[in-house]
Amino acid sequence: MHLTFYVASAIAVLSTIMVITRYNLIHALLYLVVSFLAISIVFFVLGAPFVAALEIIVYAGAIVVLIIFVIMMLNLKAEAVEQEREWLTRKIFIGPALLSVVLLAELAYMILQSRTTDFNAPMLDAKAVGLSLYGPYVIGVELSGILLMAGIVGAYHLGRQKKKVVHRFLESTEE
Amino acid sequence: MIIIGAVLGALLTIAPGLIWLERRMLALWQDRYGPNRAGPFGLLVVLADTIKLFFKEDWIPPFADKFVFVIAPAIVAITVLMSFVVVPFAPGIVVSDLNVGILFFLAMSSMGAYSIILGGWASNNKYSLLGAMRGAAQLISYEVFMGLSLMGVVLMSGSFSLNDIVEAQRGMWYVVPQFFGFLMFFIAGVAETHRLPFDIPEAESELVAGFHSEYSGMKFGLFFVGEYLGITLISSVTVVLFFGGWLGPEFLPPVAWFALKTFGFIIFFILLRASLPRPRYDQLMEFGWKILFPLTLLNLVATATILLWLET
Repeated sequence: MHLTFYVASAIAVLSTIMVITRYNLIHALLYLVVSFLAISIVFFVLGAPFVAALEIIVYAGAIVVLIIFVIMMLNLKAEAVEQEREWLTRKIFIGPALLSVVLLAELAYMILQSRTTDFNAPMLDAKAVGLSLYGPYVIGVELSGILLMAGIVGAYHLGRQKKKVVHRFLESTEE
Repeated sequence: MIIIGAVLGALLTIAPGLIWLERRMLALWQDRYGPNRAGPFGLLVVLADTIKLFFKEDWIPPFADKFVFVIAPAIVAITVLMSFVVVPFAPGIVVSDLNVGILFFLAMSSMGAYSIILGGWASNNKYSLLGAMRGAAQLISYEVFMGLSLMGVVLMSGSFSLNDIVEAQRGMWYVVPQFFGFLMFFIAGVAETHRLPFDIPEAESELVAGFHSEYSGMKFGLFFVGEYLGITLISSVTVVLFFGGWLGPEFLPPVAWFALKTFGFIIFFILLRASLPRPRYDQLMEFGWKILFPLTLLNLVATATILLWLET
């Protein structure tokens, strides 16, 4: 089990690096899907099969598909890849790298203090997730519900349009 | 290991067999002969088709994105075959009885959407791209209530494991209390396998061949086999969730009951193709979001209310 965990984590880290460094957006998103799959295996190994399945259904199955959908509509061609190559210089990595070094120091500190949770955490099935969502974390559920409602109202407003006249013969009767 | 081999072997024989079956049945319903020359009842036409596919030139268009173009057809076959991992064919005959079986099936079927999207995008062809966009929109919207329509079954059996769900149907098949759930799931299943009447991503009368216009040889073959495996998958999952899986009177072994019921649904899939016209793209989306989605939610709420009421 430990080996599966480490292999999956390594794949997750590697594919996330590939997401950042790809010039072609669709290739980057493919690596993002691989990264989600790897993280889902990590969840599974850590004893949370329900969260693992939801990770694939929601993130890899729906959200990335929507992002790809939008990118296909934008019709990016070779010029976009060129532009991405110009933008992705060594200089822009300095800021994130500095911040990551701080995180790395914190991580090293925590490992040295050996305050990490062990593998043998209790199994977290669907019932446990539901109980904690509607028990101690109900405020989070409510807040995300409000956020999604706002999104739906916004999408309705943007997508609303007058009824289109489908044929010129019908134009006079429409009014 | 033996079970994995048996399942894989059975599925990979069934898929090409279905191609013959579909052509014969369509011919029967349309009052013509269908393929009847090669071998008994024209059975060898499957072999001839396979040989033709293998020996066709495997052409990758120079304008295509080669890497994505090659992996797209593999994704559909892999995801569908992976879904069969959780399907119980008979007591004990299941590759892996995961405790999140239904969710695993849903996850794999949602990953199948990538083959259409990536295949259409990588072909770099207007018709393919249109097919891929339609496919993406259709699969995402029908996935939502495919999952929701199954939750009624999950509520009644109290488990995500397909094996437990079959066992819970000993008293009554879930098609009776969950009839609406069954209808929604089956409609969503037809849309997920993008079969007629919901074959909008392919729509050969408007989009050449939709997302796989540029594919030839065995890459096209994989899309083709993936579609028939998808039909088998949706049929067998319907049987497991709503028609008691391998349960049945004693005189036939459980596997035979499972195979018979699944076969019935496969024939129904083919009959659908023979009898229904294809809706327009916007009609399809409207039907999904404005009719099926609220009905699925109602079904879920009603099931939960009745269950709670019975408990107290």
